[in-house]
Formats: sequence, C-alpha cells, structure tokens
Amino acid sequence: MAKITLIEGVTLALARALEEDSRVVVLGEDVGVNGGVFRATAGLQQRFGDERVIDTPLAEVMIAGMSVGMATQGLKPVAEAQFCGFTMPMIDHLMCHAGRMRNRTRGRLSCPMVLRFPTGGGIHAPEHHSESPEALFAHMPGIRVVMPSSPSRAYGLLLAAIRDPDPVIYMEPKRIYRWQREEVEDDGEELPLDVCFTLRDGTDVTLVTWGAMVKETLQAADQLEQKGISAEVIDVATLSPIDMDTIIESVERTGRCVIIQEAPKHCGVASEIAANLADTGIWNLHAPVKRVCGYDTVMPLYRNEMKYMPSVARILHAVNQVLEVS
Amino acid sequence: MARTVAAFKVDHFQFLGQDGKLLDEQHVPAVARDFDRLTDLYRLMTLTRSFDKKAVALQRTGKLGTYASSLGHEAAHVSIGAAMREEDCLAPMYREYGAQFYRGVKMSEVLLYWGGDERGNDFSSPRHDFAWCVPIATQCLHAAGAAMAYKLKNEARVAVSIVGDGGSSKGDFLEAINAASAWKLPLVLVIVNNQWAISVPRSKQNTASTLAQKGIAGGLPSIQVDGNDLIACLWAMEKAVSAARAGKGAFVIEMLTYRLSDHTTADDARRYRPQEEVDEAWEKEPLKRLRAYLMDQGAWDEQREQELLAECSQFVQQAADEYIDIVQNDAQPVTAIFDYMYEELPHDLVEQRAYAEKFPEDGGHH
Repeated sequence: MAKITLIEGVTLALARALEEDSRVVVLGEDVGVNGGVFRATAGLQQRFGDERVIDTPLAEVMIAGMSVGMATQGLKPVAEAQFCGFTMPMIDHLMCHAGRMRNRTRGRLSCPMVLRFPTGGGIHAPEHHSESPEALFAHMPGIRVVMPSSPSRAYGLLLAAIRDPDPVIYMEPKRIYRWQREEVEDDGEELPLDVCFTLRDGTDVTLVTWGAMVKETLQAADQLEQKGISAEVIDVATLSPIDMDTIIESVERTGRCVIIQEAPKHCGVASEIAANLADTGIWNLHAPVKRVCGYDTVMPLYRNEMKYMPSVARILHAVNQVLEVS
Repeated sequence: MARTVAAFKVDHFQFLGQDGKLLDEQHVPAVARDFDRLTDLYRLMTLTRSFDKKAVALQRTGKLGTYASSLGHEAAHVSIGAAMREEDCLAPMYREYGAQFYRGVKMSEVLLYWGGDERGNDFSSPRHDFAWCVPIATQCLHAAGAAMAYKLKNEARVAVSIVGDGGSSKGDFLEAINAASAWKLPLVLVIVNNQWAISVPRSKQNTASTLAQKGIAGGLPSIQVDGNDLIACLWAMEKAVSAARAGKGAFVIEMLTYRLSDHTTADDARRYRPQEEVDEAWEKEPLKRLRAYLMDQGAWDEQREQELLAECSQFVQQAADEYIDIVQNDAQPVTAIFDYMYEELPHDLVEQRAYAEKFPEDGGHH
C-alpha cells in the first residue's frame, strides 16, 4: 500500500466517489485540465471525462448557486472553491438556500452538495488566501462542517461528506496538505461526520484542536512529555456538529483543557467548545479553560503570518497556566 | 482605425394592442387563433387576479402575513406556466402565482407560505419545482444548476427562472446568463420587468435601453415582449422553451409589464410613485385587452364573464377556508422546527428538540 499525503487522500476519495456514484460531479475553477491549483483533482478529468469533472467560469456565486440547483435535481455536486477567501460570495447560497432547502420545503427538496476548499495560513500565499473562516460556516443551520488533519481522515471524511444526504462544507488545511504520509487503503470506508478523533492519550491536560494546528499541538504534547506532563490530544475534525461527548469524557479524566485554533478567537469554534465545557463539564475542571487562537485581527500578509498563528510556545504557555492552578 | 467587431439589436414583440385588436392581422402566431386555449388561459388569469384580491384582503384583516401581490403580471406569469411541461422546472421569485397555478401549485399552499407555514413550500405538484425565492435573483443560478443537471443526465427537460427588473441588477442573474452561454444550458431566463424595484424605478436602475440586452452581452439570444400581451408572452415562451429542449441553448425574454400593486402588503407605493402613472398602467393591463380580444372574436361574452367571476370567487374562498382550517386546526408542532433540518437529525439537535418539547407553546407572543 502506498503512503499518501492529505491532499492525495482528497484525490483518492474524489476518484472513489466519482467511480461509485454516477450522480457525483466535481466542479470548480481550474479543477479539470489543470487538476486544481493544489492538484487535489489531478488526473480526474482525464479519467472521468469533462462532464463529471467540470472546469467552470471564474464565478464563485455561480459555482455555489448552480451546485444548489444541481443538488436539488438529482446530482451530487462536489464543488471546489480555490481558496477560503473566495468563499465569501458563496455564503448567500449556503446560508439562504443550501442549509435550508430541506427544512423550508418540509423535505420535498434536499441539497446533497459538498463545498471543499483549502483553508488557513502558513504557505506564504497572497492576501485573502490564508484565513480560517470555519466559524462562519459552523454557525449556519443545516450545514455540516468538517476539517480533516491526516491523509486517512481526509479520505474517510470526504467520502462521508459526499455520501451525506445534506450539504457539507469540507475544509482542507492546506499548510499540512503534504506534511505527513500515511498508508491509506482505498477501501471506500467512510468516517463518521460527528465524532472526534483522540490522537494521543494523556492524563494531565486535554489539548483540543483541528486542522493544521494539530501539527503544533502534537509537537507541544511531545515537549510536555519530556517534562513528564501527559497531554491528551483530540482532533475535533467535525466542527458542526461537534462531538462534545468525547471532549467532556477526556476533560473528566484530565481536569484541564486548552483549545487551540488558528482562527480568530472571538465567536470561534473554540469558544463554543469552551462554553459547552462550562455548561456540562465545569465540575470536572481543576482550572479555567484556555483558548489559544489567532488574534482578532486581519490575517497579516505572509511575512508576519506565523506570528499571528498559535505557536508551540503559545500552546505551552497556556498549558503551564492551567497546570499552575491546583 | 476602428472596426465594428460586434453589434446588436433587441426586437420587441407585441401582437395584441391595448384596445384588444391585433396590431397586424397578417402576422400573428397560431396561438392567436386558438380560442379554446386562450379562453382557458384567460380563465386562469382571472382566477389569479381573484386569488390576489383575496390574499390582500386576508392580510388586511390580520389572517395572512406580508404578501407579495401579482396584480398586473397575470399574462406574463400564466404564459410562463403554460409554455412549460410538467417535467420542466420552475424557479420563481415570489409573486408568480399564475405560472405556479398552471403547474399545479395549490392556492392554499401559496396562502400557507405567506401565512408563515413552511408546508406551503411542500407543493403537491410539481414536486421538483423550486420554492419561492426571497433573496432576489439567486433562483436564476438554481435554475442554471437544474438545467445543468438535465443536460448532464441527458433528460429533455428545461429549467425556467423568473427575475424582476430589480433582480436583473444582481450578479446571480448575470452569472446565470454566463453559465447558460458557456454550457449551452436548457434554460429560459424571464425578466418580468414591472418597472419598479420596490421604490426604485427602472430609469434609475441603469441606463441600458432594454434589460434583454444583458442576455445578448452574455451571448444568449434575447428579446423583449409586451408583458401585458398574453399572445406575445406565450409565443416567446414557447419558442424559447422548445429551443432549449431541442438542445439549442438558453434564451432571455424581457416581459414589459407594470406592478399595479404595492411591492408587498408592507409597502405603500404612494410614497414614491405618482398616481397618474398607475392610472395610465391600468389602461394597458393584460386581462382587459385579452377579454376585449376574445369578445371581439366571439369567443367570450358578458354572461361567461359573470359566471367566471362567480366561480373564481368560490374557488378562492375555498382555498382561504382550507388555509384557515390548516393553521387553526392542524398547526405544526414545535418539533417541526427540527424535523426537516437534516435527513438524520444530528445529536446536538436531538437534544435541542427534546428541550423544545418541554416548551411546546412558548414564545412568539404577539
């Protein structure tokens, strides 16, 4: 079995979905002949033809709106937005139509579409290419939001997203597109869209994160281990709905929790998790919940982008704060 | 040195004058002589107007929420429904009841929607049509997506979307034109130009001499018709729908009509629109001229008119009774808020649903 990267996990799942379900159609800017600017759709048009893997005009509203239309009429569109910043014009169709199609027609119409796009910073990209807008999407009723952080989770979650009968936003942490290689069997096995992944067991503190921050969080856990501190690491992976049971169960054991997100702090997914911990698990906490986040600022241009994002040092700082409370 | 690399013209079609006389007896489409069909459509136009009057009355008496009237648009709307096959797909904006009644949407369903009940969007027929679309022009792209689906699946079906003059300013409309052009989609985009985008008149929306030419800019054949002339509207729609079905691509039709009502029942057009303009528009309205034509041709008479009005009044009363009965005796429970969010309810909503059940009647005090 070949070892593949996260983005190759995406490609593998797309190919599998195109193969197994004739209703699946991949569309987006430069996804066909060019194979996508990050190569996520490389080779798919050659293999499945230009009616299954469709190059679109440069029009994000059109991609979103037509995906809604296609989804209601028997297809399963898997649309790509080239970068997270270019999803903003699509929000009208997601919020006002995709997320409410089933509800507002009392189930007469549904909208089984996937919108996938690269998210987050750290690759020295131009302006509008590096934001982390997951909270905007997670706030939308009727839409699931997932973000894989490994090749196998990229594969399993994307298959689940495509097979799901409702709209799913699938965000790809592009900084770790090629960070790790992993053996992924192309067995068509999907992963659940509402379950966290515990990446590392621990007893002293629970580190909760998702997407590319999994990298720094695991590095922080390694450093803590050297100091004799045992950190549990949870990859939330499904940001709407969130599997709070797994997180609460972990915090019951560790009594301490630090949540790490690349996105701005204010009204972020980390805040939702912290609020849920306060609501349901506060008696198990030995220390306040800390959030280590991007700042509530504009994402800086690339010379400063790593200063914006949570670092291992910032994660360790927060862990020290929660450990100091006895 | 410059040379002309593109030039365009927009043809305007009208067959029936506002006096009910054919403008040119020699050059009329066949439908102008199909009196059975024309009287059927006239009956539906009249029913639509009766329905509209009833809906406004229900709103004024507190029995219906804000309602968007279709007064004056009956020829345009009915022609759209009449040119389509059941398997075709309509993506309306929110006042095209004439088109929807033709296709099988029930009057009580329209009332349920504006009466604040989602079951109004659960059309008994046709099940695949889009529901009303309030955000403006987004429906053009849904129709383009539907047309794309039919094309990819090799189905001989056509998607039709309706947008207003106001909506034709939006990117969604222009992106739909572009998509239809790029992929030669079986799509008909109808601009029902009623001259007013709430309070902004056509003259202030842009300086283009027609809205149809926006289609030409995107590469689509585009025409303008008198939207108060049922014969012109139907002729244009049938031409466009059959071309789309035959794989010849998309079409833009601008139907020139007039919004004789307020924008919605929440609006008061007297604030921004001179009464003389409205009075003048009443002279051109679509029912009057079709009725005059049919009477002139011996296909209609005053007795049939009176019978029709009585019949319509009975039908709309039945629809109103049906609507009132549903909201009074078969209200949706609080759990209905949750039950159609997803095919399978996620765990967090299962919890919220259970919580909501403890407060089944709370909230929403008027």
